[in-house]
Amino acid sequence: MNMRSVTVESSIHARTLKVRDRVIGGVLIFFALLVYLAFAAAAAPETSSTFIMSRGGVVRGAMGDVVLPSRVVLTVVSVFLAVLGVALFAVGSRGRSGLFLLIGGAGLVFSFLVFVSFDKRINFASLFNSALTMSVPISLGALSGILCERSGITNIAVEGFMLVAAMVGSIVGSVTKNIWAGLLAAMAASCLLSLVHSWLSIRYKVNQVISGTVINIFSLGLTSYISSMYLQNIQALNKTPRFPTVSIPVLADIPFFGPVFFNNSLFVFGMIILVLIFNFLLFRTRWGLRLRAVGEHPKAADTLGVDVFKTRYVAVLLSGLIAGIGGAYFSLGSVGRFDEGMTAGKGFISLAAMIFGGWNPIPSFLAGVLFGFADALASAVSILGSPIPGQFINMLPYVITMVVLGGVVGKGVTGPASAGIPYEKE
Amino acid sequence: MPPVLELKGITKRFPGVLANDHIDLRLNKGEILALLGENGAGKSTLMNILYGLYQPDEGNFFINGQPIEIHGPMDAIHAGIGMVHQHFMLIPVFSVTENVMLGEESVRMAGILDQESAAARISELADTYGLSLDPKALVRDLPVGLQQRVEIVKLLYRNANILIFDEPTAVLTPQEADDLFRVMKSLTDQGKSIIFITHKLREVLEYSDRIMVIRRGKVVGEALPSESDQASLAAMMVGRSVNIESDKAPCAPGEPVLKVSDLYVSDNTRTVTVHGLSFEIRAGEILGIAGVQGNGQTELEEAVTGMRDPDTGTIEFLGRTYSKLRPRRFVEAGGAHIPEDRQRDGLILSFSVEDNMMLCTYYKPPYSVNGVFDRGEIYENALELIERFDVRPPNPMNSVGNLSGGNQQKVIVARELSRENKLIVASQPTRGLDIGSIEYIHGQLVRQRDAGCAVLLISSELDEIMSLADRILVMYKGKAMCLVDRGQTTKERIGLYMAGVKDPAEKSEKREVLS
Repeated sequence: MNMRSVTVESSIHARTLKVRDRVIGGVLIFFALLVYLAFAAAAAPETSSTFIMSRGGVVRGAMGDVVLPSRVVLTVVSVFLAVLGVALFAVGSRGRSGLFLLIGGAGLVFSFLVFVSFDKRINFASLFNSALTMSVPISLGALSGILCERSGITNIAVEGFMLVAAMVGSIVGSVTKNIWAGLLAAMAASCLLSLVHSWLSIRYKVNQVISGTVINIFSLGLTSYISSMYLQNIQALNKTPRFPTVSIPVLADIPFFGPVFFNNSLFVFGMIILVLIFNFLLFRTRWGLRLRAVGEHPKAADTLGVDVFKTRYVAVLLSGLIAGIGGAYFSLGSVGRFDEGMTAGKGFISLAAMIFGGWNPIPSFLAGVLFGFADALASAVSILGSPIPGQFINMLPYVITMVVLGGVVGKGVTGPASAGIPYEKE
Repeated sequence: MPPVLELKGITKRFPGVLANDHIDLRLNKGEILALLGENGAGKSTLMNILYGLYQPDEGNFFINGQPIEIHGPMDAIHAGIGMVHQHFMLIPVFSVTENVMLGEESVRMAGILDQESAAARISELADTYGLSLDPKALVRDLPVGLQQRVEIVKLLYRNANILIFDEPTAVLTPQEADDLFRVMKSLTDQGKSIIFITHKLREVLEYSDRIMVIRRGKVVGEALPSESDQASLAAMMVGRSVNIESDKAPCAPGEPVLKVSDLYVSDNTRTVTVHGLSFEIRAGEILGIAGVQGNGQTELEEAVTGMRDPDTGTIEFLGRTYSKLRPRRFVEAGGAHIPEDRQRDGLILSFSVEDNMMLCTYYKPPYSVNGVFDRGEIYENALELIERFDVRPPNPMNSVGNLSGGNQQKVIVARELSRENKLIVASQPTRGLDIGSIEYIHGQLVRQRDAGCAVLLISSELDEIMSLADRILVMYKGKAMCLVDRGQTTKERIGLYMAGVKDPAEKSEKREVLS
């Protein structure tokens, strides 16, 4: 009986795995057909796609363009995807179906890039570089969310924090003509909002989703009002200097990788350093241990002498400061002024990155880069012009967010056990 | 020598309740003091006061004769008092080391954690007191017995001399409980003192050095285990003589009512938790499913009541095989369900008593006529059930969330047993209830059995299974360890089956050889 039940159990387990393999195999075959029918078939035999491997205006680490015969390349990718898909059906993935999906996704995106650059030139280096740049607010927003939620306070107010920070950063930067003053002011403004969030959710035990929603609505209203009343009319209030681009010696000279990774705005380097620092703080220090304990089981932490309320206040305020940097990126790092609603939902996408990364700083940062890539791709394609209507291209980042949250993450990932539950001392 | 701990005149009032009424308590060095009382007698309140979680309204504490003040858990820890809570204060996703050192971390410079030295100290403590533990293991991967050891090590790590155990055996198998008491003995041998809170008479008699009984917030007596027995302690605890063993007529099984064959069920994480279970229940018998919690009983309960689809296998109910049993089909075919989690699956807490009492058949006459409720009929029905099942307070309009646990359970029992039933599935029907309610619910189940109803009783309380069941099936890791008649087995054997020992006879012989 023992032996039998083991086989039945493993067959039940194998059945779910098999279904998953088949679904993903089907997806890969669909990708292969799509690449072949929609992309490869559209290419004339002599069509070529040109990838520019250097960023415009960046001299260090320049390299020559790569010219690909479109039809051949697309056919090869299509066959490769089809073989992978059939292999999943016939052999199975031995539990590594996620890897197959990743390869399939990469193949599809690559094919799409080849397709949109038929007889045109697409700047590959700029694409990856802007993926990294555009991931700044998403990754910092995710880090902000992680700090807050790891301590047990749900934070959907990242969007609002960043919006107010972007505006305040722009105003103070414009008035003082000092980027650092702008950055500090942005952080202070966002921190002030996070103080409100912490009061509402820790002291007054307001439902944290409602508190976050209220802050988002308030921020949108406040910034839109100030923007339309003052910023659009008074140039002096909305024309800030921007953070400079910095190149790292030696590394910036590496062809392709130099321009993409080592020649960037200070925000990009700052983001990476912050992610590494907070990863260390969260998992290797006493402070991080207590913060995580408070987010998992506040009562246990309390009985061991950890001050739950203080820990949570500190976490929420830090979360505000980091979101402030993310918000400052929009005005001080990117365009040099404030526009109404300029965060455009990035705060919410950063929460998706946080969940995708399992509430861990480094994976969430990588998820942020993925979403940043979707953004960069959308703008690269719209500049190039493609047969697909621009509106659909602009949906790309949001579609990818939904696919990732619904399909890839699913039910498997769970956050801190006590996030969203106010702690009541007896 | 003064006692290591002395409480004088501890009084605590909650709105409307006097939870502790001038309680005096003395604990001597190296002693195991049992604090015995029913649920709600005020034992846990007293210990939470001692641990600083509540503030007393009156009273004083003395440690080794010195008066001390306790305003929070930290004060208690500094005074050498530690508590193993009933619901463990452990963080499942943390390692043993992280759990133990939380709040008292060993750090290198700048607050960077030094896990190695903490782990070394944990291993050392574990060895001293005979608790084997892997400091690197994640707590969520440990069985309950080991999780409890983590709690104990947590206290030792903080140099606690007075250890309070709050209902420590509620979640353990009989064998794990024996291990625990062995550990407690080794702790007192090395100079620690222990207070353990319980309502289980057997444990008190077997393992404590002295017994203190609390009823309605007052100390009603002290006793020595050598001079007492279960009946006298129960009477002291409840305030009247109680019938511990339920007497019932021999069972007269009739036709099969429920037949489960080769059932496999998975839980929400898609782990298979019921592994090929087969059994049948006949009319007029009680089949007891024994087993430590978390061995597939919950999924079994959900599968036979239609709340969860099995992976494979069949459920035959009154001769009909259901591929998709649903709660409503189950009820309409003559099933009643007293669920394990009464507040989640049995009641709608914000609804009134009368609405909760018609929940399963609300859509049918007499409650509903042409899709409209007959409020008068619903009220009458509730009044009658309240009277019959002695629900207090007797107000049909009261919201169920305001009732005590025992009365909430009575509302469910009233609703379920007021129908014409062929099968009753009762899971942990008396968990957390006082002796009076337990007596009552046990009596009801036996009456239904005598009336020809089949009863599936799922319980992790071995005493409950032993006193009610006609046949016993022990579940361990989702499998049936045995299916025996009540008369042909002993509590010890069932206990060993619950711990996963395949052939208890063999094991006990081995034990004898070893000792």
